[in-house]
Amino acid sequence: MEYGRTLDRAQSIAIDLTAPPMVRSILAIIFAFTVFGIFLAIIGRDPFDAYFKMYEGTLGSKVGISEVGVRMIPFMLTGLAASIPARVGLINVGGEGQLYIGAWAATGVALYFGFGNIWIMLPAMAIAGFIGGALWAGIAILLRNLRNVNEVISTLLSNYVAILFVNVFVFGAWKNPTGFGYPYTSDFATEAILPAIAGTRLHLGLILPAVAVVATFLFLSRTRWGANMRAVGGNPDAARRRGIPVLRYLVIAMLVGGGLAGLAGMSEVAGIQHHLRPGISNSLGFMGFLASWMAGHNPVTLIGTSFLIAVIVVGGDVLQFSGGLPSAAMLILIGLVLFSILGFRKLERKAE
Amino acid sequence: MPITMPWSGIFSNASKNNNRLEATGDALQEGAFSVVSGRPMLALRGITKRFQDLVANDNIDLDVYGGEVHAVLGENGAGKSTLMKVIYGVHQPEGGRIEFKGVDARIQSPRDSRNLGIGMVFQNFALVPALSVTENIALFLPDQGMILSRRNLVRKIEQVSEKYNLHVSPSARISDLTMGERQKVELIKLIMAKAQVLILDEPTSVLAPHEVQGLFEVFNELRQDGYAILFITHKIPEVLTSADRITVLRHGAVVSTGPSEGVTGDDLVSMMMGIDPESVTPKADIQRAVEYDSKKLAYQRGVAADTAAAIEFKDVWTSEANDPRGLHGVSFQVMPGHMLGVAGISGNGQQELGETLFGMVKSKSGGIFLAGQSVKGWPVSAILEAGVSYITEDPINMATVPEMRVDENLVLGELDNYDGGGIWLNMVQVRRKIADALAEFPLALAPHETRLDKLSGGNVQRVILAREMELTREVAKSPKVLMAYYPTRGLDVVNAEATRRLLMAYRDRGGAIVLISEDLDELLALSDNMVVMFQGNIVGRFPTESASVREIGMLMTGQNE
Repeated sequence: MEYGRTLDRAQSIAIDLTAPPMVRSILAIIFAFTVFGIFLAIIGRDPFDAYFKMYEGTLGSKVGISEVGVRMIPFMLTGLAASIPARVGLINVGGEGQLYIGAWAATGVALYFGFGNIWIMLPAMAIAGFIGGALWAGIAILLRNLRNVNEVISTLLSNYVAILFVNVFVFGAWKNPTGFGYPYTSDFATEAILPAIAGTRLHLGLILPAVAVVATFLFLSRTRWGANMRAVGGNPDAARRRGIPVLRYLVIAMLVGGGLAGLAGMSEVAGIQHHLRPGISNSLGFMGFLASWMAGHNPVTLIGTSFLIAVIVVGGDVLQFSGGLPSAAMLILIGLVLFSILGFRKLERKAE
Repeated sequence: MPITMPWSGIFSNASKNNNRLEATGDALQEGAFSVVSGRPMLALRGITKRFQDLVANDNIDLDVYGGEVHAVLGENGAGKSTLMKVIYGVHQPEGGRIEFKGVDARIQSPRDSRNLGIGMVFQNFALVPALSVTENIALFLPDQGMILSRRNLVRKIEQVSEKYNLHVSPSARISDLTMGERQKVELIKLIMAKAQVLILDEPTSVLAPHEVQGLFEVFNELRQDGYAILFITHKIPEVLTSADRITVLRHGAVVSTGPSEGVTGDDLVSMMMGIDPESVTPKADIQRAVEYDSKKLAYQRGVAADTAAAIEFKDVWTSEANDPRGLHGVSFQVMPGHMLGVAGISGNGQQELGETLFGMVKSKSGGIFLAGQSVKGWPVSAILEAGVSYITEDPINMATVPEMRVDENLVLGELDNYDGGGIWLNMVQVRRKIADALAEFPLALAPHETRLDKLSGGNVQRVILAREMELTREVAKSPKVLMAYYPTRGLDVVNAEATRRLLMAYRDRGGAIVLISEDLDELLALSDNMVVMFQGNIVGRFPTESASVREIGMLMTGQNE
C-alpha cells in the first residue's frame, strides 16, 4: 500500500541496509540520542553539556562505572526473565512482581534463619529468592494452562499484587520494631549481605547475572533441550506433532524466568538495601523487559542492552541532580532508544 | 487504504443525511443487463493471471448477467478463487480486461470494485467478531457522512433481512453467530452497500445441509430482483439445483460455459476432472511406477489372517453431525504392507484423519488403533514410538520450524536419537548420522545449514519426505504406519516418481500407508484399496482394481447414487 511504499523509500534513504546488525543498532542509538538532544534543546538545555555530564556521571568516573554495574545486575536478571519465556513464545511482563516476591522470600530467610555462616546464608537466600519468583511466575502459567488466561495479562497484573503482598509484611509483621515506624524490616545481619567490591556499591551479586547469562546462552545454543525450546517457540504445533513435550517446556521456561527475576530481588535486598522496604524495585523488572526486547531475547546481546539502559538511568539521575532535569525525561530517552532499535530492526526485516 | 470511521454516527441518534441507504434494492435497472437483453452485467475478456511460473487463470472469458445464479465449478487449484479475486480487485491480472455494464472497468483494488457495485463474500468472512451485526455493517458501508442514525440503520437491516429471508438480530455480536448466520450478515452488508454482482467463494463449505437449502432460497429471491450471483463450488448437486448457468474451470482455463439446463452430473464430473469417465488407466508417467511394483510384490502382500490391522479407525467422530467440518463416524483399516488411497476434495475430513491420530484434534467418540492397541490417552511421543510417520497436509506450517535449519528440522523432536546423549549437543555428529541415514535417499536435499523459510515448497517437501520416510524413529528398520498427505505436491516429475517409489518401498517393507491425495491418477496407480471421503464421511470403498474414475468423481462431488 501507499504507506508501505513510503516506508520503503524512507528506509533506503535512512540507512544502508547491508550494514551488519551491530552497526545498525549503534546507528539506531545515535539516532535516538540525536532526537533526544533536539528535545533537550527545545526545552532550553544545552544537549552537549547534558550528555557530557551524563558521561562524567557514568563511564567517566569510578563511582559512575560501579553505579552502572549496580543497575545492570537486576536489568540482566529480569531481562533473562523475559528472554527465556520469549524463546518458547511466552511473554513475561511479570519480572517486577517476581523480583518483589524473590526479595520477600530472601528477606524471610535472612530474618528468620540464623545460619551464622555467610556461605550457607547467601546461597539459601538465593535459592529462596529463585523459588519465590518461580512460583509467582508459576501462577501465570498455571492459569494459562487451566483456564486459558493470557500470560501477558496475568503476569502484568500480578506485579501489582506482588507489590501489595510485600507491603503487607513490611507494614505489618516484619516491620522493624526500632525503625521509628518506617516501613522497613530490620537490617540484615552481615552474613546476609552480599560483600561490596573495593569500596563501591557494586556487590558480588554481579556473579548471578554473569552465571545466568552464560548458562542461558549455552543452554539455548548448545543443548538439545535448548534446540527443542527454539522449536517450541518457532512452531509449537509442529513441535507437538514431533513429540516434543511442549507444555513441559512452557512451564519450565516460565519458572526459570520467574526464578531469575526472583534472584534479582534477592540481590537487591542483600546487595543494596540490606533490608526489605516498599518500592525496592522502582521498575527494575520493566526495564529488564525492555532490555530483553531490545536484545531480541538474545542473552548475549542482553548484556549490551542492559548496559545501555543502565547508563541512561544512572546518567538520568546525574542530570536530575546537576541539571534539574525531571526523571521522566530519562524515560523518554529510554523509550526513544527502544523504538529506534525495534524500528531499525523492523526495517531490516522488511528489506529481506 | 483510508478507512471511514462511522463511529460517531453509530452511537448518535441524530437522523439526517441517511437517504442514500433508502435507495438500495431498486438500484438495479430492471432487466437492462439480463440474459434476455444479451448484454452481460459483468464481462471478462481474456483474463490471465500468473503467480511466478504458475498460470492460475489462462485467457478466461466469462459473462455474468443480472438475474442469474452463475456457478463456477472446478477442482481445487483450478483457478476459481483467483478468478474471483481478480474480479474483486484483490489480484491484478497480467492480461485481459473487465467490463461492467458494457463499460471498461479499471479495477485496481477491492475499493474500486465495490464502488462499481461488485461485492464479495470470502470463505472465512470479513467480519469483526467483537462487534455487533449493525456495527459491522456500518463499518463496511461507503461514506455515509459523519452522522448516521443507528435506529435507521437497524431498520434498514431489518428491511433487507425480511425481504431476502436473511434473518439475523442486528444487535447480536458476530462471535455469537453460527457460520450460516455470519454469511447472512455478509450478504446483508453487500446488499446494503448496493452491490449488484455478488461473488461468493465456496459459500456452502461452511454450512450444514439444511442451511445450504436456505442459501439457495436466498439466491432465488436475489435473482428475481435482478442481482447477479456468482459462486464458486466443487459440489455438483448444488450446482445442478441452484445455478442458471455453469462455467467449468480446469487448470486455469474455461472448459465449458453455458446454461445448466440439460447438463448432467456426469458431464460436469468429466469436464471438471478432465477425464474420460469410463477410463481407469492412469497417466503414463505414473504407469511406469506401477510396473516397477506389480510383479515383485504380488506375493509379499499376503498377510496372515490373524494379523491386526496396522492402523484402524473405528467409528471416529470429531464433531456433531450438523457441523460441516470434522469426522462423522469414519471407519477403515489398513493391513501391514498395504496402501489405502483416500480420495476426496480437500476439506472433507481428510486432514482430521491425521490430526485426530496425533491428538491435535480431539475425537468425541470412536477409537483409533495401532496394531490392535487403542491409542486413547497416548502422548504424541508414544504414537511416534509406535512407528507412525506423518507427512502433513501443509508441510511448512504443520511440520517444520521455519526459522530453524534444514538439519534441525530433519531431526526435529528426536535429537536424543542422533547426538549421543551427552549434555552438549553435537551437531557434527547429528549431521554425520543424518548423512549416513540418507545415503540411499533418492531425493536431493537443500544444504543442511539453510534456514527452512528460505526454501521453496518443493524443497521443504523433500525435507519432510526424508524425515518421515527414512529418518523418523525406527522407520528405516521396521516401518509401521505412514499418513501421507499429497506426498508429491510441489515436486517435479522426476522427484514425484521417485517419491512414489519410496512410498511403495515403504509398503513393501511391511508399512501401512494411508495416502491422501486429490490426484486420482496417483491414487489409482499406488493404492491397494480406496475410500472416498465427502463431508466427514467415507461414502465409498472398493479395491482399486474395480474402481471407476466416474464413480469416484460422482462420490467426491456428493452425488451418491
